[in-house]
Amino acid sequence: MGLLTLSSPHTHGPNSTSKVMAIVALATVPGLIAMTALFGWGTLINVVLACAVALASEAAILLLRKRPVSFFLKDNSALLTGVLLGLALPPFAPFWVTAVATSFAIVFSKQLYGGMGNNPFNPAMVGYALVLVSFPVQMTTAWALSTQMTGAPAMGFADTLSVIFAGNAHLADAFSGATPLDAYKHLIAKSTSDDVLAQATFNGWLNGGWEWVNIAFLVGGVLLILRRIITWHIPVAMLSALTLCSLMFGWDEDMYTPLSLHLLSGATMLGAFFIATDPVTASTTPLGKLIYGAGIGILLFVIRTWGAYPDAVAFAVLLMNFAAPFIDAYTQPRTYGHSKARRGLPEKK
Amino acid sequence: MSAALWTIVIAISVLAILATLFGALLGFAAVRFKVEGNPIVDQINNLLPQTQCGQCGFPGCKPYAEAIAGGEKINKCPPGGEGTIQSLADLLGVEPEPLDAEHGAEKDVPHVAVIREDECIGCTKCIQACPVDAILGAAKQMHTVIADECTGCDLCVEPCPVDCIDMVPVAKDKNTWYWQAPTSGVELIATDRHQPMAGDAA
Amino acid sequence: MTNMIRLHTFNGGIHPAENKDQSTSRPIASAGIPSELVLPLHQHIGAAAQPVVAVGDKVLKGQLIAEAEGFVSVPLHAPTSGTIAAIEPRAVPHASGLEELCIVIRSDGADEWITHQGLCQTLNVEHLQDITPRQLVEHIRSCGIAGMGGAGFPTSVKLNIGKQDIHTLILNGAECEPYITADDMLMRERAIEVVKGAQILLHIVGAKRCLIGVEDNKPQAIDALNAALVEVNEQHHIDVVAIPTKYPSGGEKQLIKILTGEEVPSGGIPASIGIVCQNVGTSAAIYRAVELGEPLISRVITVTGDSVARAGNYDAMIGTPVSYLLQLAGYQQQKRERVIMGGPMMGFALPQLELPVIKTSNCLLAPTEKELPLNDVAMACIRCGMCSEACPAELLPQQLYWFSKSQEFDKAEQHNIFDCIECGACSYVCPSHIPLVQYYRYAKGAIRDERAAQAKAEKARLRFEERQARKDREEAEKEARRKARAEAAEKAQQEKKAAAASGDVATAAPAASEELEKLQKKLDAAQTAKAKTQDKLDAAKADESMADKIPAFEAALVKTQDKIKELAKEIAAAKKAAKAAQAAEPAATATDKGDPNSPERLKRKWETAQGRLDTALKRLEQAKAEGLDTVDALQAGIDKQQERVDEAKAAYEAALSGDAPAAPAPSAEELDALRKKILAQEDRVQKMQERHDMAKADGLDTADALAMGVQKQLDKLQQLQQELTAAEALAANANNGAS
Repeated sequence: MGLLTLSSPHTHGPNSTSKVMAIVALATVPGLIAMTALFGWGTLINVVLACAVALASEAAILLLRKRPVSFFLKDNSALLTGVLLGLALPPFAPFWVTAVATSFAIVFSKQLYGGMGNNPFNPAMVGYALVLVSFPVQMTTAWALSTQMTGAPAMGFADTLSVIFAGNAHLADAFSGATPLDAYKHLIAKSTSDDVLAQATFNGWLNGGWEWVNIAFLVGGVLLILRRIITWHIPVAMLSALTLCSLMFGWDEDMYTPLSLHLLSGATMLGAFFIATDPVTASTTPLGKLIYGAGIGILLFVIRTWGAYPDAVAFAVLLMNFAAPFIDAYTQPRTYGHSKARRGLPEKK
Repeated sequence: MSAALWTIVIAISVLAILATLFGALLGFAAVRFKVEGNPIVDQINNLLPQTQCGQCGFPGCKPYAEAIAGGEKINKCPPGGEGTIQSLADLLGVEPEPLDAEHGAEKDVPHVAVIREDECIGCTKCIQACPVDAILGAAKQMHTVIADECTGCDLCVEPCPVDCIDMVPVAKDKNTWYWQAPTSGVELIATDRHQPMAGDAA
Repeated sequence: MTNMIRLHTFNGGIHPAENKDQSTSRPIASAGIPSELVLPLHQHIGAAAQPVVAVGDKVLKGQLIAEAEGFVSVPLHAPTSGTIAAIEPRAVPHASGLEELCIVIRSDGADEWITHQGLCQTLNVEHLQDITPRQLVEHIRSCGIAGMGGAGFPTSVKLNIGKQDIHTLILNGAECEPYITADDMLMRERAIEVVKGAQILLHIVGAKRCLIGVEDNKPQAIDALNAALVEVNEQHHIDVVAIPTKYPSGGEKQLIKILTGEEVPSGGIPASIGIVCQNVGTSAAIYRAVELGEPLISRVITVTGDSVARAGNYDAMIGTPVSYLLQLAGYQQQKRERVIMGGPMMGFALPQLELPVIKTSNCLLAPTEKELPLNDVAMACIRCGMCSEACPAELLPQQLYWFSKSQEFDKAEQHNIFDCIECGACSYVCPSHIPLVQYYRYAKGAIRDERAAQAKAEKARLRFEERQARKDREEAEKEARRKARAEAAEKAQQEKKAAAASGDVATAAPAASEELEKLQKKLDAAQTAKAKTQDKLDAAKADESMADKIPAFEAALVKTQDKIKELAKEIAAAKKAAKAAQAAEPAATATDKGDPNSPERLKRKWETAQGRLDTALKRLEQAKAEGLDTVDALQAGIDKQQERVDEAKAAYEAALSGDAPAAPAPSAEELDALRKKILAQEDRVQKMQERHDMAKADGLDTADALAMGVQKQLDKLQQLQQELTAAEALAANANNGAS
């Protein structure tokens, strides 16, 4: 047999997994630019640091698992995890927080499950959740205030490096503070909406610059949908559910966080378009994606409103990750030629 | 003191009533939903390959199924091989064991008995040996195997006085051939991926 | 287009590069007559055809060379005139690369047709409408037409619609696969044949309308078809529908959905929703078969790809070698050769080039590696869902992939893997380049295999159980027979006892026959043993490694032979005895009934006995003369016979003298024996009594049973005592008589 005999099809579209990952990573660039412009160099440094740690831990664990290193590094999935973690962590987070989160994400949440495609939980969010519960002080105080709120230029590059790597946290004191979500939640308990907005933290700005960040991520996300990298289902369902919940239960701005703060502050858009849509851990059926996205939106609202944490994308996504296989099993689409969808698990013979 | 006593009495009587209630319920269920026969034997029997070869040491698959239900080891069926052992282990909730070599080895392809008909002397010995009546013939007449019915159990080979029965592997034809699963990407990296994949074409 | 057709769409689909222009630049060319044609007997779905020619036969073009076997099968015809060179297994064009039986024709170049004519002439009718659909279907079958779109389902079976009411006939001219232009060129150049074929099909299925679905990237074909419709004035029944170009719109189910909005039920056929779908090539072939009487012996095939210099369509005879066609098109061999039969999406790569074109071959694609790069190494599935967006069957390919890979076939089935049409759209879009279709093919094959094995196991189980039941039944019957025999024997025994009591002497017979049976069995066993030893000895002689065992076997053989001789002797003796006993028996019974003292009877008996004695003597002499081993046995038999003769003679003489005893008088020994029996019986009675008393004393419930036992024993004792009295009386009489 001299001829090549492989199963059909013998041709292939131009797509590849590395490309998909790279495009997703690139789609975060508007958000990254907005973060850097408004909050200073911290986020950019975090992203670079997280990517380096991600690639290094991926390479190390692949060597230990006796897998071809370059082949798997080329899939860009570690890179993407690094980018997402770098974006999600507070800009002034010490380097070791970033390192711990990233290496844990890669080693424990991805490679120990068998590598890309086999992890049940979103690696970036596992890493994030780990440092959030382990180092609450660093994770809540290391947030930068936007230039909009401080009214001054952001912290310099050298100072930022010093804060992150040398632990000179006092340098950041003038630039850091609680995020608007956090501040509003704590302050509204004691006063009215107007009073809260008059507080120094807000400086009259409800979203304190976060709206630009979120709009930038929204733009990146829409680009992903247009490029058919992700589908509209999860972001739309998640944002709709969040909006609906906010309108139904949080309409009183003197008691709850207002809708605009929900949608345009914190990690809402990053979560909706880049985190929740991670295909490996999300539901994959059309109906399932809607349920999955809506679940994240509802959980996000519930935890933000009544939970202990000011933001909750990580927990909401991880909780819905648990449910994804179950959702998939019960939301199979109707196949051609069938009068109705076959759902659930196969019956034991 | 008496209050404490009362508490104890009430607790005990509640427990007793509950116990009686549930006992009655269980008893009722046992009678009402009694399953006729011994379905586990049938379930085991359904997993066995039904070659009726007796290599397990029992005279047929059903007797072995009964023996397994009675605690016999599940690794005595060479025709079923590892697959059958695995499904038996799944059914019975026990650890799968490797095939007991004492009872023979698993054949990788199914076989079928073929009588070399010009050598057959018509002794009917194979007919008597065949557990599924898959051999046709009469005394002093040539015998032949109904290939569709033959389970490939080998039992007819031994009794043949002129050794005219061969066990022939069943060849794949266009209707029964199918693609094998591709070898996974990672394994391919180690080899030259531009070689025609032998596993795929086979 | 006269009727407005509202188009629908199906889920998913892809838009791969079409690559059709390469092969549409030149008209369909004849491929000529290759020197050798290889015709597989199994080119269609269903049973293989059976050859009706022999090697060396001369055949003409269009002559039947293999006939259909069963309902789902089609016959095969010679594509040109020539000689049958061989009927042997050859590699057939199939992904497996397996060999199957083929008829090989060496062409003579004359291309001489067998006499043939259109069906109208054959049936002597004027119009197509005068031929019944049944006759047409039968004719289509006899012309060997099987679906030419790719699957090769026998067209006659598809047209056998039974009671189903067909409202729409669909002709599939979508040809959605990249590269392939065979149907396109056929529609352009032979539109009239397609349309006339559609007329015939409409008549057969009785549909009101016909839709010819053509992708809108074939405007010339659409124009040609419309022109042909006008020519035959069929614009009102038949519509050419331009459908959007999207792969796989040419899939039967997808095309039906596009044109009618209806879905073929899973596992069902289009006829169940009132639709019959045929390929345009099949339609043209039907026209040729009905109108001209030409069986399916050639087809249009696209030869394309960057490895051939003259890409185009060829009208090639069935059986034309692939290598011949490639050469015709100017094939440049590549470093890593790859030739695909069919299109790049669903075709299969040929394992070699010495394979024939068959009825379903629509394309030979010989790409360069640059043109169709080999697939990259598969990465892990990231469940991106692009496959399910592309799937025209609305499946979840990513789930099916996981289930197939982990061999969770029940889940794969539950996710409708058998609704997969293997179009390859999922693999095409997969960013991880996973050969998804191969996984599904594997899973489907494995599931079918498993089902077949289960069905076989079930059948084997039933057969085994039935056999077991039959054996049990036979055993029970045997047991019943044995019991009946035993009962009969017991009865006989009792009768004999009674007879003995009344002085019967003929007890030897049954005893002798039993003895004989035993001996016979022993002899059989010995003979079997001998045969076995002989076998072993032969085997040992044949096998040098067992040479040292030969003496042992030989010794065993000699021993067994001796034993057989001995047994034979014994049997002979026993037979003699049995015969003698049988001879005596009638004498004895004769004394019981009728007139026992009749001198005539006694005389006859004596004479018979004498006769037997004479025969025995003769035999003895013969045996002596020949020095046989049986002499002694015979002598013994003769002695016995002599006694009997004497006895009979005495009885006769006694009878003549008038005072012969009614029965032989019991001898003193017999009386003694009776007495002894009585003593023993008394003993038994006593013991029984004791046990009964003990049981009674202990209040055991066996007491009743024992009491009955005692009673029985007592009865027996009484009987014996009576017998004794009678015997004593007889003896006394005899003594008196003698004195």
